[in-house]
Amino acid sequence: MSDRIIVPPPKRLGQTLGILTVILVIVASAIFARFNIIEVILGLQRGGRILARMFPLPGWFGPLMETLQMAVTGTFWGALLAFPIAILSARNIVDVPWIRVPLRFFLNILRTIPAMVFAAMFVAIFGIGNFSGVIALVIFSFGLVAKLLFESIEAIDEGQVEALRSLGADTLTVIRYAVLPQILPQYISYTLYAFEINVRSAAVLGYVGAGGIGQLFERALAWRRFHEVGELVIVSFVVVLFLDFFSAKVRRSLI
Amino acid sequence: MIEFKNVSKVYPNGVKALNNINLFIDKGEFLVIIGLSGAGKSTLLRLINQLIPVSTGQVIVDGVRMDTASGKILRNMRRKIGMIFQSFNIVKRMSVLSNVLSGRVGYHPTWRNVLGIYPEDDKQIAYKALQRVDILEKVHNRASDLSGGQQQRVAIARALAQQPLIMLADEPVASLDPITTVQVMDFLKEICASDGITTVANLHHVDLAWKYATRVVGVRAGEIVYDQRPSQTTKNQFIKDMEIVYGRPIHHDEFVIEEAVV
Repeated sequence: MSDRIIVPPPKRLGQTLGILTVILVIVASAIFARFNIIEVILGLQRGGRILARMFPLPGWFGPLMETLQMAVTGTFWGALLAFPIAILSARNIVDVPWIRVPLRFFLNILRTIPAMVFAAMFVAIFGIGNFSGVIALVIFSFGLVAKLLFESIEAIDEGQVEALRSLGADTLTVIRYAVLPQILPQYISYTLYAFEINVRSAAVLGYVGAGGIGQLFERALAWRRFHEVGELVIVSFVVVLFLDFFSAKVRRSLI
Repeated sequence: MIEFKNVSKVYPNGVKALNNINLFIDKGEFLVIIGLSGAGKSTLLRLINQLIPVSTGQVIVDGVRMDTASGKILRNMRRKIGMIFQSFNIVKRMSVLSNVLSGRVGYHPTWRNVLGIYPEDDKQIAYKALQRVDILEKVHNRASDLSGGQQQRVAIARALAQQPLIMLADEPVASLDPITTVQVMDFLKEICASDGITTVANLHHVDLAWKYATRVVGVRAGEIVYDQRPSQTTKNQFIKDMEIVYGRPIHHDEFVIEEAVV
């Protein structure tokens, strides 16, 4: 290479430099002012303890967070597993009928079984606790995302696939360059959709002993503490409404 | 460079696309294939890099039997064969640079392609390719932001990044306006001539074939019915001969480029 072409890097670099400069200025002034971040964190921790004693968190806060964690974990692993299965189920990328046909059949069966039934089954297998709930949600979101995704994969522009093949790309490379960029927005959108459903499912999974806020429901109802039931209904309603609204907004901006 | 020996293609649905094709294409040739839609032009082109497998017969490229090649051997042959398409087929959601760099995937192991990390030398190859089609200033743009003519030039740059021996062009200008058509064809012709790249192009317009081809092959109903060098005939005779290919006379108002340009 005798005459190299120097191309200015994308504008992103300017932004990064700007951010770095700001950070540098902040750090330098902090050192100059003998500002110690560790002391602040320790102070905040003390403050936090005092705050928690001043305003104790309601009893439903922990289980609610557990419910959301279950929904996030379940959706994440389910959607991740769905990607390779969707590729294998789509007719246009890896065309192996003896893999595709049983896979599609299996996905159809998965989607006919509600998450609650899975949860009850896994409670029987793995015992009471949120692990059983998470597994149920993984399977549910896997079935949903895999089905929607393989249909999107079958609808991609085949020309880009053909072009990549003509470059001498193998199947994995074709997936990376010609399939992934085309389906990524849908993939994220389906995952968020599964998350919306999972938050709602996770809220009642506790009924069968699979962890989360549903356990509180069950207990409050059993003990006929209706003021607690009312509180839980309102909390679940607000959280689900808020997440639905947020997720729907993100999904609209993607497609 | 490229040889077809008794090649036939029958699609699984029973359509006979090509029937007993024998064709030898020399190194450095700019061969244009003309014919009606459905005559078998696209099939003929895709048999060269085996995007479509042959039914019977042999396809030999640079001394290698393409019809029996598979796996790594086939992929290594394909990286020597650039291809551009009517609908450009660049990845619209990637940057221009990523698109041109994807022309290098045939040279790297899969993990490297999947991670999308390219050596600096590849970037230089990509920049040079973009410079040759005069679109280097769009290097960081998203491919979908470009116009049709610009997208086709990116597609040419991607094929150039392969450093190919052969260039296949499937209706490269069919979705472009007349002025962009001439610009894209000029780039294609100039680059392939200066690099000694053997070119096979499907074209719809007989005046483009006349202007750019060193040899014109006419396909009709799956058979080669015409084979002539424009240098060895007159333009009037050439246009008259097109009746053999199209089954009816060609009129001047069917030309894309003005007489003055030709």
